[in-house]
Formats: sequence, structure tokens, C-alpha cells
Amino acid sequence: MTERYVLALDQGTTSTRCILFDRRATVVAVVRGEHPQSYPRPGWVEHDAARIWRDVQKLIRRALRDARIEARQVAAIGIANQRETVVLWDRATGVPVAPAIVWQDTRTDHLVAGLDAGLITERTGLPPATYFSATKVQWLLANVDGLLERAARGEVLFGTMDSWLIWNLTGGAHLTDVTNASRTMLMDLRTLDWDQELLDLFGIPRAMLPAIRSSSEVYGTADAVLPGVPIAAAVGDQQAALFGQTCFAPGEAKCTYGTGGFLLMNTGTTPVRSRHGLITTVGYRIGDEKPVYALEGSIATAGSLVQWFRDGLGLISTASEIETLAGGVTDNGGCYIVPAFSGLFAPHWHSEARGVIVGLTSYITKGHLARAVLEATGWQTRDVVDAMNADAGLALTTLNVDGGMTADNLLMQIVADVLGVPVARPMVAETVSLGAAYAAGLAVGYWSDLRDLRGNRHRAGRWTPARDPVQVAREYENWQRAVQSAVFFTLRDDPPPTK
Amino acid sequence: MSHVPGLIQSIERSSAVLRLLAADRLRVKEIADALALPKSTAHGILRTLEHVGFVEQDPQTARYRLGRGLLDLGAAGLDVNELRARALNWADALAARGGEEVRIGTLRDGEVLVVHHVFRPDDSAQSMDTGRVLPSHATALGKVLLAFHPAAVEALGRECFDAYTRRTVTTHRELARQLSETRGRGWGLSVEEWRPGLAGIAAPVRGIGGLVVGAIGISGPVERLCDTRRQARPGLVEHVCAAARSVSRDLTGPH
Repeated sequence: MTERYVLALDQGTTSTRCILFDRRATVVAVVRGEHPQSYPRPGWVEHDAARIWRDVQKLIRRALRDARIEARQVAAIGIANQRETVVLWDRATGVPVAPAIVWQDTRTDHLVAGLDAGLITERTGLPPATYFSATKVQWLLANVDGLLERAARGEVLFGTMDSWLIWNLTGGAHLTDVTNASRTMLMDLRTLDWDQELLDLFGIPRAMLPAIRSSSEVYGTADAVLPGVPIAAAVGDQQAALFGQTCFAPGEAKCTYGTGGFLLMNTGTTPVRSRHGLITTVGYRIGDEKPVYALEGSIATAGSLVQWFRDGLGLISTASEIETLAGGVTDNGGCYIVPAFSGLFAPHWHSEARGVIVGLTSYITKGHLARAVLEATGWQTRDVVDAMNADAGLALTTLNVDGGMTADNLLMQIVADVLGVPVARPMVAETVSLGAAYAAGLAVGYWSDLRDLRGNRHRAGRWTPARDPVQVAREYENWQRAVQSAVFFTLRDDPPPTK
Repeated sequence: MSHVPGLIQSIERSSAVLRLLAADRLRVKEIADALALPKSTAHGILRTLEHVGFVEQDPQTARYRLGRGLLDLGAAGLDVNELRARALNWADALAARGGEEVRIGTLRDGEVLVVHHVFRPDDSAQSMDTGRVLPSHATALGKVLLAFHPAAVEALGRECFDAYTRRTVTTHRELARQLSETRGRGWGLSVEEWRPGLAGIAAPVRGIGGLVVGAIGISGPVERLCDTRRQARPGLVEHVCAAARSVSRDLTGPH
């Protein structure tokens, strides 16, 4: 019998990966392609959705070639994707009607400012922010001529990246999964359906919305690239990582370090409301089973800070060199970088904040800056973990980590040191893709059940706290003061107080 | 009369390009004019030199300059953290397939610096080995690194080597014989030469131009890695060599 594989697409913010997994969840082929980021104005971030779809087709072909397998050996396709990013396209031609607005984009600041936070959080589990899809769709409908009328007639469709890829792969199925829908700020967290009151609030016609389905079921079969292969999963990338880390029990948590950092904790089949600015979200839903909810804290800038260090400052030539540079010094020299490039996320939620570097003296070298870059990711993780522990009434005992940045051993040690708990890396670092593969494989019977998936889980590395907790506590105070500086710096734009 | 190979024109031209760039930052056209070459030829040479890291192109001005690869010709030419990042997936896959712990090492001062370590996939208590230094003559990783590093054994500067077990290779002559064998078959083996009861299998990781920039290997109990005649199990050797090839392809392929 010919061996069969599951193909995972991880359509991320800076790159798209295509990975083939075998039944033991080992990587058989991995190919990736970066796509350009467009920053047409301060705070704006855009993608070319058509380019991304072309990349996906190329990558699928390359992955099959690398693994020397044929299309018929692919049992299913699973999609994990950057969440919240908004694509609007013409139903008749399939051509995007505007550049995709990326989750990091803050152009809708002014639209978010006037929102009823109580209503939105109660309904969707999300604190109002530019981050989510709703205001981005609202902005496009208001700023592209004739779009609103065409959308109302159903001629223009909205989707997050999962919808865009499924629509293209199937040649016209318009749907999304419940995890992606839960990030739009348009879905009722209890009914798992679009909320009419919110649609009215944002002026979004229902005719342009995709149908909401579970994360693991056969949506249709591919007609392009992999003819006849079932498309059997779509999961937002961070929820995919939770699934890929097999965090199936309440209390289990993972943090993925990529462009941003994302910490999710499984809270079981009832949603836990946060009192610390965390997000309540759908973790995953398998077919007709009950949905599993999660608490999420996001760090806006992690890997992208390293990328800025490379491309913006030119201090390193590859991202990995940050570790070499930071390893050349023993501490941060008193320097802290708060990378609030697109605002501060959980638990602070100041979308207007901008980054600061504090503690500069003539003693500071690029090595200290490199260390402050890595530490910024550590401290932001600490902020989120503290908030999550308080909300869930639990104390995290181990942080399961994944994502490309786990290759950075110094960073992993820093995270263990600042959290004071062990950090564990699973055997497959690409858990986002693995989660998508698992969800797709389950839907077509490639894997039988969750226990079958658990059997594949092994630890590949573990870092234990090694620094003096008193010293860490002192530095954490410095970090918190640095964060306050970032918020303070942006106050200038506020209107002067009236007497 | 013995045949002496002729001089290679493209290398002569490349050297001329480097001499020009040592003095100025230049455009393709300027280089082509200076050497009386067609622009496409000059462009091809520049692209190749850029690929190996000897020249860089300023994205703003489109001018070429000497690359940092020339500055650290003495170093391996690949940042060890970059090596780990690129090898991560393949090292994980090797640990999963082989069922043993995986290490990636590079040569530093004649010894093996562990740059990556993946635990054995049985969830037993294990500790990270990254940053540790292992003896090159007594480990499979070390033998592979020495085998493909022309002057390395001489550089060790010793006539005999430390014995860790009664099986450790301690003479120059025997080590040279084993390195030759390692080169010939393309992978290295050590059986109870460093720690009693433990064996290792390793293969070279190659960067651009075939340069060996590291070694990847598994280690574990002799009875799992070897047959009763203390020979490496062919299935495991294939896994190790396949992983090494995958990492090499990742290091040299398009991105």
C-alpha cells in the first residue's frame, strides 16, 4: 500500500509554509515562501491576497516534489492561517477589490474609540480593538467607492485568509471555521453565529459573510492544484498550535513565538470571562462536538522585533544572529526595549502606544540591544502569564512553546528565567501546521481520535529557570516602568484637559 | 608527460571583480565596462559571489560591495544559531524516526561544540546539552567533522589522544584510518569510545559549495544502534544520512 500524508498550509503574516506530515506526525517535507509587507502609511499594514494564493499553489507543488509523492497520496488538506486579516473580493471574478488589511493595521483607531466595550465583550469575548476584523471591513466599505452597495447585493465577499484559500482551492465555496469567526468581533460566542446587532452596528451586510463551520470536517474537495483531495480543516493559527500541542485538557497552555507571541489556555467547554483584558475565544470545534473555549493573551511584537533589528537597523544579517550577538554580553546593561510598534496588547490594551528604548548610556552596545530585544519577548510573556493565572485561578506549571523562535536557545532560557517555570518544546516545532494537519486528519479518519494524536506527543527540549528570582523581580519592575514610559510618550496626542 | 589542468577563466574573472570591489562600490555596468565583459557575464559572476556571501548589493543604490563572508573567511561561514534554526525540523524528524536523541555539532578548536540537542522521544528526564563541548576523536559527530576538515587532525597537535574507555581510539594512525573510512562511506560511527554502553552515528551537513559546516547524529545504547557484531544498523544510518541531506538542502537551496 502506498504511504499517505496530510498536507498542512500555514498561511502566516510574513510567510506561507506548506508541510507534509506522516501518520507519526513527523515532517516529511517543509517549504516556505515569504511575501512582502506593505506599509503605505504609518500604522497601515497590507498584504496582496492574490500573491498569497499564487504562493500557496507554488508551495504545494514544491512540497510534493520534495517529498517525491503524488497528489493522490495526500489524504487531506488542513489550513491554519493568520487571523483577523480582512480580504474582500469580487464574487464573479475572484479578484480582491482592495489590498488585504492585516491584523496589525491600526488605521481604524478612530472607529474603535467610540465602541460600546461592554456590549462587544459580552457578545464576542473580545475587548474592542483595531486588531479584530470588524472595523477593518467597516473601513473598506466606507472608503472604497460603491463597495457597500455591491456587498449588500452579495457581489463582494468578505473572508479571513482561511475563507480566501478555501474559496480558491474549491473554486467557490464561501465558508470559515468557528475559531476564525470568533476573531472577527462579529460572532456571538454562545450561539456561534453572526450577531445581527453587531452587523448593524458596523454596517456590514450579512450577504458578504461566509458560513460558519466547525474546525474539523470536510468542507469540499480541491479542484485546483490537488484535484479531488478533501479540504478538511481550517483553524486560526494560534488555535491550531493549541491543537497541535495536544492541549486537549482544561488548564493546558501553549505559547507560540512567531511574528507575535500568543499564549492560549484551554478552559474547557464553557467560556471563561477575563477580568484582566485577556481574550475569550473558541479553541477548536471538532465536527458536531461541543466547542472548546480558550483564554488568549497576545504579544503584538516578538519575532517582528528581531526582523526589525535585522531589516530596519541592519545590525544582523539573519534572524538567528540575534542570539549570537546577545550571547556576547551577560546582561542588558540596563537597557529595555518596549516594542509597541502597533500598540500594546494584553493585558495592557493601549493601541495608541508606540515603542520606546529606555536606559541608554554610552556603555550600551549592539549586544545589549540584542539582549533587550530577546528580553522584551520574555517580559511580555510574563505580563500575559500573570494575567492568565489570575483569571483562570490556576498557576501555570509548565509553558509549552513552539514556533520558529524556539530555535533560539537563549530566548527560551530567558523565558524560563522570567516566568520561573520550566519551558518545554515538543518534538514538532511547527505545531501550527501540525494542528491543522491533526484537525484535517481527524475529519477524514487518517487519525482515529484525540488519544491517537496524544500518542504522537514527545518533548524535544526543556529549559529550567536558572536565574536568581530576586534579581528577576527587580528587572521586572524596570520593565513595567519602561511599559509606562511607552504609554506616557503617546499622551502628547491627547487633547489638552479642559479647565 | 602528466596532464596539468588549465586555469579556470571564471575564477580569474571573479578575482578581478573582487579586486575592483575592494576599491569601490560599483554597479554591474561599471564592472562589466572595467573588465570588458558582457553585462550578463558580469551579472552572473556577481550573483554567484553574492550567493556565497563574498559580495553584497546595497538595495537602495543597487551598487555592489565586498560581503561579510570575505571578512570571516577563517570562520565556518555559517552562524551556529542559523544552523540550528535551519536544522530544527529535520533534527526533530530524525529523533522521531530514530527514537534516539539527536545532536548537531560544529568543530571549535578541534573539539565538538554542541549547537543543538533534541531529547530522545520517550519523555524521560533529560537535560539540554547545547553549548557543551565533546571530544572529537571519541564521538561520531567529531569523527565526521574531523574527516571532512583537511588539516584538523594535524591541528590537534597531539600524537596520542585521551582514553575515555578501553575502546577509545588513542593513536594518530588508527584515527587517520577511521577518518578515511568515514570519508569513504559518508558517515561516522563510534561504539563505546566515549561512554561505556553508548554508541553514536553521524553524518556531515554541507553548506554552499559542499563545505562541511556541521554534523548531525544520534546517540543511544549500543544494543539499539548496533547489531550483535557492533555494526551500525543500516536503517538508522539511512535516517541519519537523510536528515543530514535535508539540512544541507535547506542550507543551499532557494529561499
